[in-house]
Amino acid sequence: MDENFDGITQSGAPWYYSDIVKEHFFNPKNFMRAGEDENFQADGVGQVGSPACGDEMFIWIKVDKQNDKIKECRWRTFGCGSAIASTSVMSVMVTENNGMKIEEALKIKPQDIMERLGGLPARKVHCSVLGDKALFAAINDYFHKSGQHNRVITEGNRLIDPILKITDKDIEQAVLDGARTLEDVQKKLKVGVGNPEILPAIEELIRFYKEKYF
Amino acid sequence: MQKRYRQTPLNPFNPFHNFMKKQIYLDHAATTATDPRVVKKMLPYFTKEFGNPSALYGAGRRGLEAISKARKIVARILNALPIEIIFTGSGTESDNLAIFGVARANKNFGKHIITTKIEHQAVLESCVALKKEGFLITYLDVDENGLVAPEQVKKAIRSETILVSIMYANNEVGTIEPIAEIGKMIQKYNQTERIGKNRVLFHTDACQAAGALDLDVNRLHVDLLTFNGSKIYGTKGIGVLYKKRDVKIEPIIFGGGQEFNLRSGTENVPEIVGLAKALEIAQKEKDKENKRLIALRQYFWKKINNKITKLKLNGHPKLRLPNNLNFSILDIEGEAILLYLDEMGVQASTGSACASQTLEPSHVLLAMGLPYEFAHGSLRLTLGRETTKSDLDYVIKVLPPIVEKLRELSPVRLEMKNLKERTHPEYKKHK
Repeated sequence: MDENFDGITQSGAPWYYSDIVKEHFFNPKNFMRAGEDENFQADGVGQVGSPACGDEMFIWIKVDKQNDKIKECRWRTFGCGSAIASTSVMSVMVTENNGMKIEEALKIKPQDIMERLGGLPARKVHCSVLGDKALFAAINDYFHKSGQHNRVITEGNRLIDPILKITDKDIEQAVLDGARTLEDVQKKLKVGVGNPEILPAIEELIRFYKEKYF
Repeated sequence: MQKRYRQTPLNPFNPFHNFMKKQIYLDHAATTATDPRVVKKMLPYFTKEFGNPSALYGAGRRGLEAISKARKIVARILNALPIEIIFTGSGTESDNLAIFGVARANKNFGKHIITTKIEHQAVLESCVALKKEGFLITYLDVDENGLVAPEQVKKAIRSETILVSIMYANNEVGTIEPIAEIGKMIQKYNQTERIGKNRVLFHTDACQAAGALDLDVNRLHVDLLTFNGSKIYGTKGIGVLYKKRDVKIEPIIFGGGQEFNLRSGTENVPEIVGLAKALEIAQKEKDKENKRLIALRQYFWKKINNKITKLKLNGHPKLRLPNNLNFSILDIEGEAILLYLDEMGVQASTGSACASQTLEPSHVLLAMGLPYEFAHGSLRLTLGRETTKSDLDYVIKVLPPIVEKLRELSPVRLEMKNLKERTHPEYKKHK
């Protein structure tokens, strides 16, 4: 048995939120207040998830173009405590010390966010740490809007559903074949059935390919 | 209820951050505190009268007498015979014993079982396990209020049906099912279609109902009925299965042959005594208590609707447990609401996926046709004996700013009319 086994959870992972999570949940940083977004001149906007899946996130960024650094990162999140806290802490990570280089920001992984939060309950990790994906989308949006097409990152062959071995290419094909919603794609591929934590990633891909092709 | 006071640095953003924190428990559908009168009744059986009821000496005999007395009390309240009362280890165990017990003892007559989509996991997962043993399960739909109609049950019955299991009242939304009507219908079916054959048996899970509703098994026309101690101010770890005398079931626990050979294991004397006392108190006080709870609930619902927009009541507006209030707060997520409420000393529950171990939203809310977004934002407050008007006033004070704050953080702006328009993907695991 794992030596970290605490007798509370089967996985031995923390069973509840750390103080850092709580701090970011009760005192969220950098979120976009009501009405503020109308006058906020974002260089890039990213969206990930959907309320149907339990989490939805919007990210607005401003870029210091001279230094290729993220100047401001604002957000709104629909979701549980860890979803809110992980977006909040990520917005701090990319803007502290005069901002993070875009290249560095693109490398942020859910694990980095988790580490900074002092860990998350195991079952929360897959579904609620979506900030990096929303940021990725916002940066790509910035590349598009600023005409840096050579920097736009298209997704490679990424395994989306490890059980059914479905990749992003399969989802791309489904969208090209006429699927427009999660239901459509699920009818075609059965992806994510019985594996709801991957649904936000699928929705994100559907949106990505819809925008790309239509 | 003991009120704890603690002071932790709270969000200065909240206008109420420097309040002293009370602890307000509004999760009585999860479990209740044990009534001190029950504890008092149980105490001698821990240290003094601890003998094994199977033993011949005095202490054992006195234990047996205590069980026998408790059995009579429970039987009288259920309008049943003492021999029809089986003590088990929990409501879940009683549900399992009823379903596996009937299924395995009657499989030669047929292998079809009817239940609903909104049952407790104790029933649903038993059915999933029986499917692996070759049984066929029909899961009945419910309407938007969570109700099952007797007609639906009638239509679902086939010649190979052996058991119908429908909950008395739902644990999440509090909807009360028409058990007596369904029972009567099944009885009529048996009298016309099953003459000289095995009859269709009817089980009801009454765990949520036991403290608030009529438990007369003759009026309910049930063959089996489950309830437990932990929802009626008794203790956790004790359950009852009522089983009509002529109904054949097989045990699921084997050993020394206690409880008429249907539930082996040394009898849990203190808890059996406690459960009888708890049921006695609950049934005696229920009329008065129900009235009080309904008035409190109405008061809260009216007040909170004046303060928070976009609320949707989940469950039946009238046919619901007196203590249950389940509603969706649009645009925000349930677990986040619970965490903020907990920080303010209020304990409640949600049907959001984020708060469940399975990461799926409440199967009950989805079965009622609620869109995922609405299920994620659901909040369940279940009142209890120690709940006062001032407790609810406190919630009325702290909940609106929490909702306001989470709505400010949220990118979602749903409309109530979305309720009818939105559909949801079928990503529930198929049972």
